[in-house]
Amino acid sequence: MSTQPDLLYSEEEEALRAAVRDLLTDHCDPSGVIARAESDAPHDLALWKALADGMGLAGLLVPEDKGGQGATHREAAVVLEELGRAVAPVPYLTSAVVATEALLACGDEELLARLASGRSIGALAVGLHLAPGAAFPVVRCENGTLHGELTGIADAAVADVLLVPAEDGGLYAVGADAATVTGQVSLDLTRPVATVRFDGAAGRRIGDAGPAVRRALRAAAGLLASEQLGLADWTLTETVRYLKERKQFNRPVGGFQALKHRLAQLWLEVVGLRAAARNAADALARDEDADVAVAVAQACAAPVAVHAAEEALQLHGGIGMTWEHPVHLYLKRAKADSIAYGTAGAHREALARLVDLQAP
Amino acid sequence: MTDAAELLSRTRELLAAHPPAATDRLDFLKARFDAGLAWVHYPEGLGGLGAPRSLQVVVDAELEAAGAPDNDSRRNGIGLGMAAPTILKYGTEEQKQRYLRPLWIGEEVWCQLFSEPGAGSDLAALGTRAVRDGDDWVVNGQKVWTSGAHNARWAILIARTDANVPKHAGITYFICDMTDPGVDVRPLRQITGEAEFNEVFLTDVRIPDSRRLGEIGDGWRVAQTTLNNERVAIGGMRLPREGGMIGPVAKAWRERPGLRTHDLHQRLLKLWVEAEVARLTGERLRQQLVAGQPGPEGAGMKLAFARLNQEISGLEVELRGAEGLLYDDWTMRRPELVDFTGRDAGYRYLRSKGNSIEGGTSEVLLNIVAERVLGLPAEPRTDKDVAWKDLAR
Repeated sequence: MSTQPDLLYSEEEEALRAAVRDLLTDHCDPSGVIARAESDAPHDLALWKALADGMGLAGLLVPEDKGGQGATHREAAVVLEELGRAVAPVPYLTSAVVATEALLACGDEELLARLASGRSIGALAVGLHLAPGAAFPVVRCENGTLHGELTGIADAAVADVLLVPAEDGGLYAVGADAATVTGQVSLDLTRPVATVRFDGAAGRRIGDAGPAVRRALRAAAGLLASEQLGLADWTLTETVRYLKERKQFNRPVGGFQALKHRLAQLWLEVVGLRAAARNAADALARDEDADVAVAVAQACAAPVAVHAAEEALQLHGGIGMTWEHPVHLYLKRAKADSIAYGTAGAHREALARLVDLQAP
Repeated sequence: MTDAAELLSRTRELLAAHPPAATDRLDFLKARFDAGLAWVHYPEGLGGLGAPRSLQVVVDAELEAAGAPDNDSRRNGIGLGMAAPTILKYGTEEQKQRYLRPLWIGEEVWCQLFSEPGAGSDLAALGTRAVRDGDDWVVNGQKVWTSGAHNARWAILIARTDANVPKHAGITYFICDMTDPGVDVRPLRQITGEAEFNEVFLTDVRIPDSRRLGEIGDGWRVAQTTLNNERVAIGGMRLPREGGMIGPVAKAWRERPGLRTHDLHQRLLKLWVEAEVARLTGERLRQQLVAGQPGPEGAGMKLAFARLNQEISGLEVELRGAEGLLYDDWTMRRPELVDFTGRDAGYRYLRSKGNSIEGGTSEVLLNIVAERVLGLPAEPRTDKDVAWKDLAR
């Protein structure tokens, strides 16, 4: 560690946060998200257009001379915090981070510019559960056409272009209309996964799959921690608000010490996650100490986000168990996120190698 | 306003007028105090220059580079960290002139007579009595958990001056002469075998009214300044990765593969991550303070480190297997300085048990976080409008 990470938010980052939060307050209310989750179109493409096209946020990680905003992982992390707070059903992490990082690794400028502008949505056809560095399934490749099936692909239902690893070691760009995309009934209603099937689809080889997938999944895991932070922060804030209001035994329920201690513990966990998530975003932006920073953030984030959502449900009591209250959206996202891009356990195993604490 | 360049030039003037190599240690420290370079944020004439506190590092770095002696601040942590800010805020001009200079130099060490056997978390319930007798107060009672009392010249003391009003209203804050014949300091042996702390028995100790800090009956408010400074002192230090208690465990894991088991490996990795996250949280807090945006995170740091120190040292005893059955030394000693990571794993395990009790129990700190940070309601109180003499005990 030659230089210290910057763990704070700059004024510009706070301004970005305020702008995204305003948009989400107006266009992503919980009842709307619940209603949409059960419809044929769980993704909110109007909101996506406002974020990507209106605010230019899809291109944060892409340099300006390649059609992006030339910002860094630090700014993308702030956007993800806000999207996590709202469990917004938009393909930001999957297209503007994961697919974009894969394209940056491959150097495909045409596709990169399309994704950066928000004109197209991309999805990397690698299962959402896979950790950076894990082996990933591939499809067969015959005379430039692809054959096979890949499952657990997040946000594939709204992708225009799929980035598909093939058995020859290449990463292929395939138009979504050339594949059969079938939604899977997903635990997370707001980031559903799908099966993609290729029966001789024409693909264009854009680069080597190995390094592109590794880079994409490392950034995904690191920035997912910021989404989990936003999610945990919302569930804690909302639970505290509710417990000040809710009265039983002629007192606000939030005045009982047993509950106050649980909420204070949760606050401590969220404070820790904020430091770890900022550290990961900063390390990715500077490409310094990033492997360790990402693994630490992911080993920390999933338990905190799941704990926050589980406490929110329990402390809301009966109303927390209902379909109409949004806390279940957060619980489902938190639990799915605890598997996405590698479990906490997988990231701890990675740390064992990275910091030389080897298994027996 | 004094800026960094001004401080640097004053520091160089001090070094030129009193070359450290040719100057007696105490003389140098006195000259430094009188030059306003002791604690630059203190007022002129009291060891400072009214400069921003953040500029102290400029002076310290220049003096350290020149090999100048320092005031060995760890020997007088309570004096520097707690007594001094309270005297500065509530002391009379005479009191500030009398006490601050020998305190900063380290000629006079201070201790704190606050906690009592019957007043721990509920400090305001304290029962040590101070009764007015002419120009003096006569003090009787027992204090406990007093670190450094056996080396101290002075103590900050809170005592009850009115038992007929509710507990917070009847307390007064004093400066107590530890050489008074009525002060009896006895070592209090702890579970580690040694005695860092003392119990202090006060029998007809006479304190002149001129050593009262603040108004009669206002001692609780004065004590808040002391206690808030205690919590500031606990947070905010910079640590490298593996800089805390996790360091010796990670080292043992790497050097002695024979000790490794799968169960210990899982637990070690979890604690390693938690220690790294706590370190980053502390670093973030430090960056907030430097940027002038202090956050509420400080309230949580002591909680986090107490739990981590206990869990990590507990794992370490287990990791050492047969050696974990041993202990380095049960001899009753009175250590000059306390080093939580010093000695062996068994000592670390036992000493860290105090981390969730000293300076506010973890249970009280959780209440503070819940009420002051999250804004949750306080428990209903049964002691608020009751005279101290009528409280349950």
